[in-house]
Amino acid sequence: MLVLAPVLILGLSGIIFGAILAYASKIFSVKVDPRIDEIYEVLPGSNCGACGAPGCLGYAECIVTGRSEMDLCSPGGEDVLKIIAEILGTEAKEFVKMKAVVQCKGGKEEAKQLFEYNGIEDCSAAELVAGGGKACVYGCLGLGSCVRACPYNAMFMGPSELPVVIEELCTGCGLCVKACPRDIMKLVPVTQKIYLCCVSKDKGKAVKDVCTVGCTGCTLCANPKTTPSGDIVMDGNLPVINFTKNINLAAAVHKCPTNSFVQEIEFEPLGINENCDKCADKTAQLCVKTCPVKNCITLNEEKDIYRINQETCIGCRLCKPVCPKDAVELKTEEEVVVK
Amino acid sequence: MDLKLLLIIAIYSIFIQNFVLTRFLGLCPFIGVSKKMSSAVGMGFAVIFVMTLASAVTWFVYNYFLDPTSSILKYFSSNGTAPDLTFLRTIAFILVIASLVQFIEMFIQKTSPSLYRALGIYLPLITTNCAVFGVAVLNIDGNPTIGIEEKFTFIQSVVQGFSAGIGFLIILVLMSGLREKLEIKEVPESLKGVPIAFITAGLMAIAFLGFSGLSL
Repeated sequence: MLVLAPVLILGLSGIIFGAILAYASKIFSVKVDPRIDEIYEVLPGSNCGACGAPGCLGYAECIVTGRSEMDLCSPGGEDVLKIIAEILGTEAKEFVKMKAVVQCKGGKEEAKQLFEYNGIEDCSAAELVAGGGKACVYGCLGLGSCVRACPYNAMFMGPSELPVVIEELCTGCGLCVKACPRDIMKLVPVTQKIYLCCVSKDKGKAVKDVCTVGCTGCTLCANPKTTPSGDIVMDGNLPVINFTKNINLAAAVHKCPTNSFVQEIEFEPLGINENCDKCADKTAQLCVKTCPVKNCITLNEEKDIYRINQETCIGCRLCKPVCPKDAVELKTEEEVVVK
Repeated sequence: MDLKLLLIIAIYSIFIQNFVLTRFLGLCPFIGVSKKMSSAVGMGFAVIFVMTLASAVTWFVYNYFLDPTSSILKYFSSNGTAPDLTFLRTIAFILVIASLVQFIEMFIQKTSPSLYRALGIYLPLITTNCAVFGVAVLNIDGNPTIGIEEKFTFIQSVVQGFSAGIGFLIILVLMSGLREKLEIKEVPESLKGVPIAFITAGLMAIAFLGFSGLSL
């Protein structure tokens, strides 16, 4: 009896509870769309919140119920988007991979310091207290809120107290953009290799007083002479880049007196071939006049044609369309080496 | 019913013999879920809910099946005495609490999706929580310090379960508030995160020791 009773009681209650639970799971079963689980399986699972939904499961639910677009998962990128589209049975949209950029160059060397900020190590806190130690009210506060917000360790604080984005690790989730109280972080397409590195809305002198690399709004870059394509337009005191795939703004970068742009690729230098007839009329010098670099295109006395100095050429290609003889061409690698 | 005794039980299990800081029960969620105020509140309410129900259900299980003096089993045995099954209380209580929590989870999911979303992820965490099991055991152990030598009555059990949950909620909310503040404070590198939380928990336990001087 003493052995049998506990075995019976526990065994019976186990069976009863099991039966009740099995029955209850049928009565109380909630039908869940199987696609939610399927999509959840392919999402990265880091719950970063870049899509705006509470976690990956929440986003999967939002996609299936139609509350969200399916291309909001930036960490997942194109691969995930394709699988999601397949699960939903729709066409995937073209996916533009984004990266975060830091739109401020004013490190501790370049930007003027008003006072030393000793408060909480957080940009939002500094912004609330006294706008941080920097004299520029638009510039990076340098306390690394964006670095702490990054779930992928794709950011670190550089030597000049400015955040640096490691492009290979950046998924373009945009959490740093939300963390920055001054809107210095921005998402741009990964193919965009040039961007303005200043967000100051102030006029020239006010910017110059607080920072050596701030955009003064001089409009040189937006000048049709520098950017004939019209890809840079002024919006207030800041130039805005209208990004297209085949953008070449080397001339604008070169012309910028404060060096406020960031350009991540080197453009290939150009050369002039034998077609050059020095524009027949020697006073024309069309290519020399358009070239934004001083003394880059000069007359070669020996061959009696114009030559592009390979050392100084920035590859802006402004001289190419103005040449009536079509003599400006891209140098092949061999020629560049031989010079 | 002695209302004064119920009040004493409540004050004892909330402050004087707080389940987390004096009895050291339920320390896992105390450290694990106290990082954010919102999740701490969610967990706290889930614990109140489960503790109250578990107290009620385990009281019935103990008194009608395990305890020989009041067991219904004696009506089925030939000599009119029920076997003493009190040694089964641990496994029986765990069985009951686990199935109860599972059942409640399913019930809430069907009837109130919003409540399910609020408690949902915390409910399964409590299935085998030692604080929930602890309150069930303490209900049958009695509490000599407040003059209850034998097991608690049904009402007393439910009151103890409910107020133990309240005590748990208070501590969890206090702790999460402190930890949210600690996040932005300058803490020595080696103490960042959980170590400083343990130190904070220790200091809170010392502070709660002060309640032991309360005479009711």
